[in-house]
Amino acid sequence: MDLLTCHEQMLTIRRFEEAVERLFREGRIGGTAHTCIGQEAVAVGTAAALQPQDAVTSTHRGHGHFLARGAEPGRLMAELFGRATGYLRGRGGSQMMMDASIGFYGANGITGGSIPFAVGLALDAKLRGTKRVALCFFGDGAASQGVFHETLNLAALWKLPVVFLCENNGYAMSTTASRSLAHPHVADRATVYGIASAQTDGNDLLAVRQTVADALDHARCGHGPFLLECRTYRLSGHSRGDPREYRARDEETAAWQREPIARFEAYLLAQKLATDADLTARHAAAKARIEQAIQFAEESPLPDAASVAQGVFA
Amino acid sequence: MRTVTYTQILRETLADALRRDPRVFLMGEDIGTYGGAFGVTRGLLQEFGPERVRDTPISEPAFVGAAIGAAAAGSRPVVEIMFMDFIALAADQLINMAAKLRYVYGVSCPLVVRTPIGGGRGYGATHSQSLERLFTGVPGLQIVAPATVSDASALLQTALAGADPVIFLEHKLLYPLREELPEGLPPALPFGRARVVCEGRRATIVAWSGMVPQAERAAELLAAEGIQAEVLDLRTLVPLDTETLVASARKTGRVLVVEEGPRTGGFAAEVACRIFEAAHDSLDAPIRRLAAPDCPLPAARNLEAACLPNAESIATEVRALVR
Repeated sequence: MDLLTCHEQMLTIRRFEEAVERLFREGRIGGTAHTCIGQEAVAVGTAAALQPQDAVTSTHRGHGHFLARGAEPGRLMAELFGRATGYLRGRGGSQMMMDASIGFYGANGITGGSIPFAVGLALDAKLRGTKRVALCFFGDGAASQGVFHETLNLAALWKLPVVFLCENNGYAMSTTASRSLAHPHVADRATVYGIASAQTDGNDLLAVRQTVADALDHARCGHGPFLLECRTYRLSGHSRGDPREYRARDEETAAWQREPIARFEAYLLAQKLATDADLTARHAAAKARIEQAIQFAEESPLPDAASVAQGVFA
Repeated sequence: MRTVTYTQILRETLADALRRDPRVFLMGEDIGTYGGAFGVTRGLLQEFGPERVRDTPISEPAFVGAAIGAAAAGSRPVVEIMFMDFIALAADQLINMAAKLRYVYGVSCPLVVRTPIGGGRGYGATHSQSLERLFTGVPGLQIVAPATVSDASALLQTALAGADPVIFLEHKLLYPLREELPEGLPPALPFGRARVVCEGRRATIVAWSGMVPQAERAAELLAAEGIQAEVLDLRTLVPLDTETLVASARKTGRVLVVEEGPRTGGFAAEVACRIFEAAHDSLDAPIRRLAAPDCPLPAARNLEAACLPNAESIATEVRALVR
């Protein structure tokens, strides 16, 4: 993925998530959703480092991961609209997404629920002798689940090709990482299991891409798992309708100064990799892409309610 | 012909699958050199090696979750949970992931979770439970409970060849069971077909897993008194063979459902209700349930025995039913 494509992907995610928040406010979509505004560089930097055969598991905050991995915005939006053209024909919704054909194994809406699943993907790869690496996104909240520790131990013991990527956005719902983690650095958990680890600035696209590429190489070469912590900030609320009473607006204003897209644009301009006109055109293109996605979703048929109980078993 | 035990046929069936299908592998606590807590996998490590017969740390959520991921990617993992009581630790992965893969994501999850259930050995309240009731109400999980040596193999073969998750229940008291069988494995048996253990016209006794031999002995006691009872073995709880249940209830008009677990919220209630819905007009008496009392299963031999249904208590219930 070249740098301009990375930029375009981050914009697509940002516009998608802004649209999701707006569509909720307007009552055009229902249920729930967790947006990832401010965290786009983690999703896109990671996707840029992955190889096509690699597998990814995600979190409840997974729209960005999925779009960066190659999801069509229209089909993803259609899933949020509960339409037959959605990725899971309306059976999944925002928190449950999967498209195995692009190596995206999504999430199940349970915090930390996909962590052992990712290790299973890595175990399958090892048993078959493929060059696939499984990359497991999880958050600072999931780091407090027991299964995270168990799974690190298991993956290290069996030297499995898996990269655990902690997207530390500072908040488990309303609980700050400082109130839920006894030790602030999730990456340090690697030490006791003898796993390689690194921490990086999750709002720096180039840093994410490089660190993830190194972690994937490590796992692919048979050196076992890698634990990577990307520190970012969830500019969005936890989910729809979150009034964010648990944090000060000053804190958010300061965080907006560090948001990844403007930062990457400054880099592109300074390096003369893009002109103002290029960036403006890409902003317009991203906006149009999301408008098309909404139109596609809204015009799509509802799933057939008569078949609701079908497909529980093969 | 040869004499073969329940334990042995399970081992042979697993070995056969490991030999024929490179995607099959086994995972669980102490299943390698130790051979599993009940010896089912004894000797398999030697033939198939540690990659395919994997000892795990004591981390049920991690290795069950990993098995689900591997199954979704195309492997065919067979997980052993040492005692069904420990499945509580992995319940999240089974309920929230394995059970949802087919319906929500359209992804196959050919996972078999084998686990011993039941009391009768004085192991106490956390090594004796029959927790199938916790999973029968989770659509997406198949619940299989063979009560004979040949069914153990026949149903395990079907589980191993399937595309969706199976919780495979092995009652601890069935492991030493013996049967005369031809060489080789019995043919596979589709899920959802109850077995008529013995025919009778006066009453129907429905049972599964470890309660089947007790029901069978009860039928013998009753036959000696001139009461011909029909015994049905569910074989699989999900899917449930409602048709055979209803046909038998229509024939006898009197039904007793026997369950080893506690009475309240048990699967016997579901069985009774299915029969009532379809055959209430044929019933000559209210359907009865015999189950353990609503208390944890205690360890002392006499206390445990006071809880568990047996041939004698089943016969007593049937006598009351046909009176």
